[in-house]
Amino acid sequence: MSSPIFSPLPMHIPDGFLSVLVSIVFWVISVIVIGIALRKTSRELGERDVPLMGVLAAAIFAGQMLNFSVTGGTSGHLLGAAIAVILLGPWPAVLVMTSVVSVQALLFQDGGILVLGANLFNMAIVGVFVAYAVYTLLIQLFKEQSWGVFVAGFAAAWSSIFIASLSCALQLALSGTSPANLAIPAMGAIHALIGIGEGLITAGALAFLFAARKDLLKLGEPRPAGNKGVFLGGSLIALMLVVLSPLASSHPDGLEWVAQENGFILSAKAALYNLIPDYALHGISDPALATIAAGVLGVVIVFGVAYGIARAEKRTAKQENSQR
Amino acid sequence: MRELFRQNRSIIHQMDARVKVIFTLAFVLFLSLTPFNAWPAYILFLTLILSAALFSRLGLGFVLKRALLALPFILAAVPLIFIGPPPHITLDVFRGVQLTYSPEGLGRFASIAVKSWISVQVAILLAATTRFPDLLTALQQLRVPKLFVAIVGLMWRYLFVIVDEVTRMARARTSRSATVPGSHHHGGSVSWRAGVTGGMAGSLFLRSLERSDRVYAAMLSRGYTGELPASDTRPLSNGDRQLLALGVVLLAMLWLLGLFSGG
Repeated sequence: MSSPIFSPLPMHIPDGFLSVLVSIVFWVISVIVIGIALRKTSRELGERDVPLMGVLAAAIFAGQMLNFSVTGGTSGHLLGAAIAVILLGPWPAVLVMTSVVSVQALLFQDGGILVLGANLFNMAIVGVFVAYAVYTLLIQLFKEQSWGVFVAGFAAAWSSIFIASLSCALQLALSGTSPANLAIPAMGAIHALIGIGEGLITAGALAFLFAARKDLLKLGEPRPAGNKGVFLGGSLIALMLVVLSPLASSHPDGLEWVAQENGFILSAKAALYNLIPDYALHGISDPALATIAAGVLGVVIVFGVAYGIARAEKRTAKQENSQR
Repeated sequence: MRELFRQNRSIIHQMDARVKVIFTLAFVLFLSLTPFNAWPAYILFLTLILSAALFSRLGLGFVLKRALLALPFILAAVPLIFIGPPPHITLDVFRGVQLTYSPEGLGRFASIAVKSWISVQVAILLAATTRFPDLLTALQQLRVPKLFVAIVGLMWRYLFVIVDEVTRMARARTSRSATVPGSHHHGGSVSWRAGVTGGMAGSLFLRSLERSDRVYAAMLSRGYTGELPASDTRPLSNGDRQLLALGVVLLAMLWLLGLFSGG
């Protein structure tokens, strides 16, 4: 058993790795899509689906602890976006994966808070949409074959991981944290491997469910019209990222320019320098001196607080003793 | 798997959860807005969070150790050291081995690492001093949609039950697949092992679906009508407002300091 606190997926971006502008843009996109998912879900599903989605979200979170050894200490894991799509349909799956990723960030610090919007976009939106598009497409293709479900499940799981990692790499490149020509091939390659484990476990889980409760897989059910948007969206995201990523990694200049621009806009330093006259800043204009001063101040404050708290504790202990 | 929350009666634990949520968000936002190489500002941000950790009686060691969790991701920023903005400096590391790095890129790398490390500490402080139900109530009071809060609430309630279930399943697998000491064989081929794990996952989902039916029946029998009981929506007290305003002004001042001292 691996430690469940560390997610098996190196895709949860911590705070500090994305620029504020990129973080905010992806928060806005994610909030809009999750809002649509909430509206659709509360309209279409009955009251029994709240406990269903809650318990399944817990199962996906806990299911990420399941692993099998591959070779040389590496292991395959389940991440669950594809299986959630297949069991619940796309919109409830968005909500379930949103719950999983949010709890990982809030409760276990797996992924940052300001960058949660970007993480939700990668794992709860891109992952789910792409899995849905691939799954429905392949199910239509292999309608007659009984193994069609497993192939579709494997492909949906693999591509959801792979495409989501490309999206993650692009966000890092847009923020100027990793150069595109390194981040995209590296992230893509790692997750193309991780995706195989995910795909195999997903296919295995489908085989189990196929044998035990065939009705859960909703085989042969016509595609509901309301999900056409998800199908189109998922296909479009997958196509765009697959085309855009090699382009971005072979011509990183465009991305670098964007990264520099948005770093510049948000620091807005030049404008402030013009506002405040030079002489006011003599004290903190020497970086080394300022750092030392801040260090001394920091140490004094932390020790002061520690001392104060220790004294207060002693006093209350004394009072309690004298009361006895 | 254990929860991070530590029971305690410190000032930070007793604070309104909304104040803590907003302050945490503001902290991470201002810290992210602080430019690269603003070391004096980083030190003061760190001072602020370490003081809060002391006030919360969690202990510095607990927060600092736990904060190393986000470290592995730093690999993503390592290339900055070597291909950061010019000028590039070439160092003779060893006879014949040269290393080219960009000082500006190194500064950025270190800034990202430190910012990320400090941000994780704030998130730890929030999670360790706030009960999760209180956190959810705060989120609902801050206008996070009810349906989402309900799903996350139910998820949290059953998370540890299902984690126990997964642990039992894994233990059952281990007890049935003995390995010969010294041999690296674990059962059959890789795809066989993946199939077994897949079967476990499928069985976990089936059990969870059945569990959710039982949970629903139990909720119905206790008067569930599709709505979870509403949380109180009392506004923040004046003291809390002032405290929050003071905190945010402090953060803004640190950010301004960062703007002038950063590079």
